[in-house]
Amino acid sequence: MAITQLSAFLENTPGTLYKAVCAISDAGVNLRALSVADTRDFGILRVIVSDVDKTIAALNEDTVITRTSVIAVRMSDKAGALKEILSVLQKAGINIEYVYAFTANAANSAYVVLRVNDIEEAEAILKENGLDTLNDEDLNTILP
Amino acid sequence: MKMKNYYQKEIETASREEILKIQNEKIVKQVKYVYDNVPYYRNLMDQKGVKPEDIKGVDDIRKLPFLTKDDLREAYPYGLLGTDLKNCVRIQSTSGTTGKRVVAFYTQKDIDMWEECCARAIVAAGGTNEDVVQVCYGYGLFTGGPGLNGGSHKVGCLTLPMSSGNTDRQIQFMMDLNATILCCTPSYAAFIGESLAEKGYKPEDNKLKAGIFGAEPWTEEMRRSIEKSLGIKAYDIYGLTETSGPGVSFECEEQTGMHINEDHFYAEIIDPKTGEVLPEGSKGELVFTSLDKEGFPLLRYRTKDICILSRKPCSCGRTHVKMTKPMGRSDDMMIIRGVNVFPSQIEAVLLKEGYTPNYQIVVDRVNNTDTFDVYVEFHPEQFSDRIADIQAREKDLNGAMRSMLGIGPKIHLVAPKSIVRSEGKAVRVIDKRKLHD
Repeated sequence: MAITQLSAFLENTPGTLYKAVCAISDAGVNLRALSVADTRDFGILRVIVSDVDKTIAALNEDTVITRTSVIAVRMSDKAGALKEILSVLQKAGINIEYVYAFTANAANSAYVVLRVNDIEEAEAILKENGLDTLNDEDLNTILP
Repeated sequence: MKMKNYYQKEIETASREEILKIQNEKIVKQVKYVYDNVPYYRNLMDQKGVKPEDIKGVDDIRKLPFLTKDDLREAYPYGLLGTDLKNCVRIQSTSGTTGKRVVAFYTQKDIDMWEECCARAIVAAGGTNEDVVQVCYGYGLFTGGPGLNGGSHKVGCLTLPMSSGNTDRQIQFMMDLNATILCCTPSYAAFIGESLAEKGYKPEDNKLKAGIFGAEPWTEEMRRSIEKSLGIKAYDIYGLTETSGPGVSFECEEQTGMHINEDHFYAEIIDPKTGEVLPEGSKGELVFTSLDKEGFPLLRYRTKDICILSRKPCSCGRTHVKMTKPMGRSDDMMIIRGVNVFPSQIEAVLLKEGYTPNYQIVVDRVNNTDTFDVYVEFHPEQFSDRIADIQAREKDLNGAMRSMLGIGPKIHLVAPKSIVRSEGKAVRVIDKRKLHD
């Protein structure tokens, strides 16, 4: 039940993020969540968007972009919520490659996005422990 | 015997004795012509104590003084002109990127000779008057466009004088007008191949059968990659503005070196340090003597290209001497932390490791130590959204370079098509150390 994230390769120079965000904005796409990982030479922009195909079409012209499956887990917006999720994954020996979080309109609710080495295993474990993962359709109902 | 295609069969397949006879006759006249008409070279000959009558054949060429790019700069613009300007009809010029612009003068006879050389190259690549030749070398002062354009006319091909750049238009004409032979720099050919694939074309979708690529160094690996992406056979062509332009030598279907048009150009290989002439088969600097030029008749011009000559018989039936692809330039070689590095070595590693041949080398000096960075465009499918994957690729490439060169550059993977190409000719090396000198 993974969700679709788009990742784009950006040069680490002034204006490249702005240019990418403009292209997404001009296509009328809403950014639901965003994270940038950076090195000295380049950055990787990771986004969850309201329309994947439109975003690819808008960025593809001069940006390398790829689809990645990531897990989004619902958590309550309170101390210790992330700890509970990570503890489950840690016990199962699952490696987290990167992580970021976003909140939604629903009160008291936050979501953590994870890329892990074994997505199926991670989802099964989370489910067994009563944790709720989202799919692309769920996102459409909770976010604009 | 299989039918062979020659533009001028008699001279292209003449016996070695006939070629030597022609060269011996021409050189005697040419040296006298230069001595009488070019004061700059007459002075050099006088200083060396050589008289025109000392030159009785090509074996005596080694007695003549060399010309270098420095001479050309010193004599700029008219000092090496061989005839009255009223007899000249054209100039061509080098880009002058190294600050040493060369202006060469042509009489109509020189142009005809040059275009015939290009025509030989086109026919050797399978060209006939039924072909459509797309020339996307630059037109203008650069010899690439005018040379191949003239050669294509001589063969009677339908010529598309595209000049360089505007890749979308190049592709549109290529597809709509069924171009069969493509002439451009190898880096631009690779770029066209990538652009075609991006537009969803397969190699078999175009009508191209051959490409004639030159004006910059390229490797055997790059040849195979271009041949695959365009679905063609890729032929090398060599030349320089100082002697005429492209077509001084060209490849036949054997693809094992370029036949030098020996009825017009005499080639020697010398030791770049001592200037001594080396025996056939030795690796050294290529030196050209024009045998019948009028406007800009250079004798013993040092090209700075490092290569090997071979007179072994060729399966194509041509008897003219073959030169290898230049293996580097005596002035292209970089010395980085004491190690000799040629850009062609970097390119070979990149292609072997599955990367694009689009790269840029940046050398600088920080705290009295050379820095060595190579920027490499990756293929879109090589992109991973995990930084660790990209860094692992960079580390692997560094290792592959280190085992080839003995020195490991810092690798920076960059987005496809992000390295700037000027006039279709990629800037391969930026050496900032010179700024500090």
